[in-house]
Amino acid sequence: MHRPSRFMTYLETALPKAVVAPSMAAMVVFIYGFIIWTAWISMSKSTFLPTYDWAGLIQYVKLFNNERWWVACRNLLVFGGLFISFCIVFGLFLAILLDQRIRLEGALRTIYLYPLALSFVVTGTAWKWILNPGLGIERLVREMGFAEFTFDWLVNSEMSIYCVVIAGVWQSTGFVMALFLAGLRGIDDAIIKAAQVDGASLPRIYWKIIIPSLRPVFFSAVIILTHIAIKSFDLVVVLTRGGPGYASDLPATFMYAFAFTRGRLGLGAASAMMMFFMVMAIIVPYLYSELRRKRHA
Amino acid sequence: MPETGILAGLREHAGRVAIYGLLMFFAIYFLAPFFVMLITSVKTMEEIRVGHLIALPHDWTFEPWRKAWGYATIGVTNAGIKGYFLNSLRMVIPAVAISTLIGAANGYVLSKWRFRGSDTFFAMLLLGCFIPFQVVLLPMARTLGILGLAESIFGLVLVHVVYGLAFTTLFFRNFYVAIPDELVNAARIDGAGFFRIFWKIMLPVSKPIFMVTIIWQTTQIWNDFLFGVAFSTGSTQPITVALNNLVNTSSAVKEYNVDMAAAIIAAMPTLLVYFVAGKYFVRGLTAGAVKG
Repeated sequence: MHRPSRFMTYLETALPKAVVAPSMAAMVVFIYGFIIWTAWISMSKSTFLPTYDWAGLIQYVKLFNNERWWVACRNLLVFGGLFISFCIVFGLFLAILLDQRIRLEGALRTIYLYPLALSFVVTGTAWKWILNPGLGIERLVREMGFAEFTFDWLVNSEMSIYCVVIAGVWQSTGFVMALFLAGLRGIDDAIIKAAQVDGASLPRIYWKIIIPSLRPVFFSAVIILTHIAIKSFDLVVVLTRGGPGYASDLPATFMYAFAFTRGRLGLGAASAMMMFFMVMAIIVPYLYSELRRKRHA
Repeated sequence: MPETGILAGLREHAGRVAIYGLLMFFAIYFLAPFFVMLITSVKTMEEIRVGHLIALPHDWTFEPWRKAWGYATIGVTNAGIKGYFLNSLRMVIPAVAISTLIGAANGYVLSKWRFRGSDTFFAMLLLGCFIPFQVVLLPMARTLGILGLAESIFGLVLVHVVYGLAFTTLFFRNFYVAIPDELVNAARIDGAGFFRIFWKIMLPVSKPIFMVTIIWQTTQIWNDFLFGVAFSTGSTQPITVALNNLVNTSSAVKEYNVDMAAAIIAAMPTLLVYFVAGKYFVRGLTAGAVKG
């Protein structure tokens, strides 16, 4: 009598572990092991082929002396800053408008959100055509009577990063709107009614009561958008190929160029590690606070 | 007083008009690029050269679509985007199926059969959702080479399964956590085991989370560019990489109409999924991102 039941308890405890074991192994190897592997390459002399002799922080020194890397980082600040700000401002604005008991809300939401189903490659292709100097917006505005109008941002090394902002904002605003809309729907109507009874105007209610209460949504949105910005790769590749020259490079395109097309593995790995540190600096505190909040809730 | 009543009514009416006006403006802003793509794809190149962005086509032509699909030059071949579209299908279907099933099993264990260390595993996996994939590209390229899977569709399937697992597990775990433990415990007292409980209790209520996960994974994998460009060449490339090659070839005359047709073809599967199952799409988006 005892033996089978002991066997059953053994099975009961072993089976769940056996089910997750392959995933756990995959995670340890393909995520954490690979990060350590990349870190190792970044501290070697690797160029075309990986070599594993220790070179200390030479690749990082090279990276920090590389002008193109700083262009990429500066672009990330410009792109990230504008991308996040515009997405949040437009996203919040749209969510508030949609929350006014709008007929056709479902249809409008579907329209605002469809860019999210598109690949950044498709979005980039569309905007590359719209923004192209010559036949794109420039031609359209000239035909409307402004013969002197020029719009050459796509091929202008000072401005090409702003084209990436335009396309990125178009793609991601709907997502931020969805986040804010969910937040707005979670607010108790009684609070608003009470404020209205007190004679507060609608804009004032939004500014003083509703928007401040959405603080957690702002927080999440900023984290997610920052994360998207740091990982941005496809959009730049398609839209500007990082150009003209490397004027619109981002860290992700820098990493790809050095690690895969220019055969400088060590430098590429060092830039990948820097991207990893950037993301972790944002995500770790976020996850920590999220998990703690859930535990307290 | 009646005057103020009328005034207030008028003001409210004007406010409503302004709100609807703004909403319409944004709708046009979001639709415009797709509209431009669509009309450009059915114009001839001559018409594109003399016309402008939002001019409707005079002579509709479907030649750009035929060319994009069947005989446009991409890389060194003149076979259009067709083969790459099939590559993407052959990559997406197995990768989504495998990663979803494993995610369901993982999520079940991590919510209902927790063991010492399972929470740590989950936390580590969660962190894995957020790593920039650049940090695994070089080792992965090397590993695929060693396994003999470099530049194969099977290799891409493997990559997408491995890095999709974190998300699928997260989705299922968060869904199953909400199912009362009492149900599972009662079934255990009745003698039901690990698989039986999954089959009889969890699976019947899992349809929404399967939908969310399948849609999320399909969109992510179909739209992926980074893994595709890093781990495939020539005839094994997925459609996103092929589209970029088509759009960014510097040779010959730029055929914008063909580019646009190809882009719409590349967007079609995920758009279809979005319009058919939008509810689940949005739910996955917010769940995947916020719950993090």
